[in-house]
Order: sequence, then structure tokens, then C-alpha cells
Amino acid sequence: MTEEAVPAAGQEMSYVYAVCRAGTPVETALAGQPGLEGAPLRTVRAGELAALVSSVPSVSYGTEGVKAQMEDLDRLEVLARTHHAVVEAAYEHAAVLPMRLVTVYLDDGRVGEMLGARAPEFSALLARLEGHVELGVKIYADPREAVAVTGGAPETDTAASPGRAYLQRRRSQQRNHRETYRAAGSVAAEVPARVDGIARAHVAHRPQQGDLAQAAGENILNDAYLVQDAQADAFRAALAGLADDVPGVRVEITGPWAPYSFATPPAAAEGDTR
Amino acid sequence: MSDSLAGRMGASSAASPYGQQQSSANLADILERVLDKGIVIAGDIKINLLDIELLTIKLRLLVASVDKAKEMGIDWWEHDPSLSSRARPHQAAGASQDASAVEAENARLRAEIAELRAAVGLPATSAAGAGQDALPGRVETETETETEEGGRSK
Repeated sequence: MTEEAVPAAGQEMSYVYAVCRAGTPVETALAGQPGLEGAPLRTVRAGELAALVSSVPSVSYGTEGVKAQMEDLDRLEVLARTHHAVVEAAYEHAAVLPMRLVTVYLDDGRVGEMLGARAPEFSALLARLEGHVELGVKIYADPREAVAVTGGAPETDTAASPGRAYLQRRRSQQRNHRETYRAAGSVAAEVPARVDGIARAHVAHRPQQGDLAQAAGENILNDAYLVQDAQADAFRAALAGLADDVPGVRVEITGPWAPYSFATPPAAAEGDTR
Repeated sequence: MSDSLAGRMGASSAASPYGQQQSSANLADILERVLDKGIVIAGDIKINLLDIELLTIKLRLLVASVDKAKEMGIDWWEHDPSLSSRARPHQAAGASQDASAVEAENARLRAEIAELRAAVGLPATSAAGAGQDALPGRVETETETETEEGGRSK
């Protein structure tokens, strides 16, 4: 491998967004559309496969450039959203395997070599994912919302001493907290049964937290399901109303996504399913 | 939900053809997938994927890759007080103390909560507060032990 390759300044490199089968509508539909930095997309073919690629400046996409982009949230966001936008646009036309962010080669020739070397693995994955989409299921527990719905702590005796009122309030908060999380757990446990027979595969992501998990409440379940295109509506319907009468518990379905979470070799993906 | 993000995206020259459908997707959901999922191949440019994962942790975006990094024996954030409460070492005395270390940490956290409440002058309880009320007497002794050990950080 050419790990030590250091492209000259001003040189362009090939950024790979996704891999698809050669000859699918992806190639014609996306060719010429803008990718990162506004550069036009093109495909690089090798045998039965094609990689969706655009040229990026080596200054910004070499080791140092990428680090700088990753450390700047605004730039990372543009990078991630553009990468995702290209993958998603491609996925509307045919099955694609999304690459991890910032998979960069020195030139198209190197991309072709990579495609050739990985052809059997990629073909098998495409065969598995064709005609499928990924749907995300997130469940949130929000004890504060539960309080709002149930009208706070009605049992609090306003005539009680401040200390006792505090204890009552606190006890009621704790009870509400426990009950909300327990209810969220029950809702989460019901998901697999509801989508049984619809979902083809399942991967558990880590619940979201941190600055970007802006949704109200705490994310207690963050899963991805692989579903046939035609079954996406059935999947949503199966989960409809799941938490409608459970105060403080919210179910969010995201997607359809390109099957990012299932684009790892089957052996690895099965390790994640449960 | 993320109008400002969508707006920023709109400003990017790359976004326009796909911008509309994109604006609805939450950045956390996207990052989780493009950084942590998808096909992983080492390209020609030597980009340390682990670096990228840890950078995202540093940015406190998502902690999506902590487990993976741990599997690879990378755990520096556990020694960084700004990233983990476990950075305060009390495990030096031996592995058999793991359980008591957890208890000690539990006690220390309770003590901290009690201190904070006292400092604010309110018996305020946190919105996310779980568990039982701290027992002040017991907590104080625990706090002293913790303070003694507190010297050897990192």
C-alpha cells in the first residue's frame, strides 16, 4: 500500500462516497451533480462495480486537512451533510454501499484497484441490501413531560411544613422518574415484537447524548432496522401509537436511510444484532 | 428542528441539489452513521479513523464510539477530568477493590451533590435525580477518605 503517499500541494485526490453496481441509474443520475467543494461527481468503474467519486483538494483532505475539518464543527457538519446528501441521492436510484466519511484515494486508478480487490465482498453486501432501507427507532424518556401531562404532584399537601412539602415533592419526583423510565423500558421492549416479520435485521446504536442530542428527554434506545422498501410503511404503521398513552415516553422513527448500519460485512453486523 | 443547521447547509455550494430532503435529518443521526457506520476501508491518505472517533468524543458530539475505542484499549478520556468522573483515581490499591471503588464513587457523588445543595443554600434536587437521599453523616466520612486519595490525579 502507499501509506506514505504525500500528495503535492494543489493536487487533487479522489473522495469516495459510495459503491454501487456498474450500469445502475446512479451513474447517469448523479454524474455531474456537485459533491464536496462543489466539484462534480463521477463514477469510477472496475468490473461489475462502480464507485461514486469527486475530486477534492489534497490540502483540505490530506491527513492534516482532515483533522482540521474534524475539529471544526461547522466544517464537519458541511462535510458530513454533503457526504450523506450524495449517498442519499444515490440511494434513491439504486442500492449503494456508503463509505465511511473521508475515504480518500490518490487518484481514480487507486479507487479502481480498491474496487477490484474488494469486489466479492461488495457484491455480496449489495445483494443483501438491494431493495432495502434502514429505519431508525429512537425512544426517549422525559420525566418532566410526564409531570406536565399528569398535572404535577397533586398529592402535595400545600398546608404541610416546608420540609415535609419538600420531601413529598421529592418523593413524587422520584416516583415519577422511576415510572417514566420503567414505562420507556416497556415501550422499548415491545418494539421487536411489533416489527417481527417486517424487519430483516437489527442493529443497536449507542443512545445519543452530548451537545448534539438536542431532543427533550433522555434517549434510552437508538436502534436501526433493515426493512424492505415496500415494507417501510408497514414498519411505521406497526410502531404507530406505540407510546401514545404513555406520558413522558416518546418514539421517533427516522429515515429511510441508506443502509449505513448494515453496510459492514455480514459477520460483523450479526455480532451487533440481538 | 434544526433550521439554523439547514440554513448553514444551504450556504454550502455542495448542498443545493440535495438540500431540501436533507434539512429534516438531524445532525446527530447523520454523524452517527457517517462517522461510525458504513464501509470502512483505509484509503491512500493515512487518516487515523480512531483519531476521528476520539475527536468527535472530544467535541462532545456523540459518544457513539466509546465502546469501540475501549475495545481497542484506548481510554485516555477516562483520565481526563473534563471528560469522565472516573478520572479521579481510587483504583490504585488493587483490582479486588473494584466493587468498593464503585461504592466509594457513589458516596463521593452523593457527597458532592450534598455539598452543592448546601453551597446554593437550597435543598434543591436535580431534575434527573435518581436514587435515594444521601445520608449526611455517612457521606461526610466517605468524603474525607476521598479527599485523602484525591491527591494522585493522573
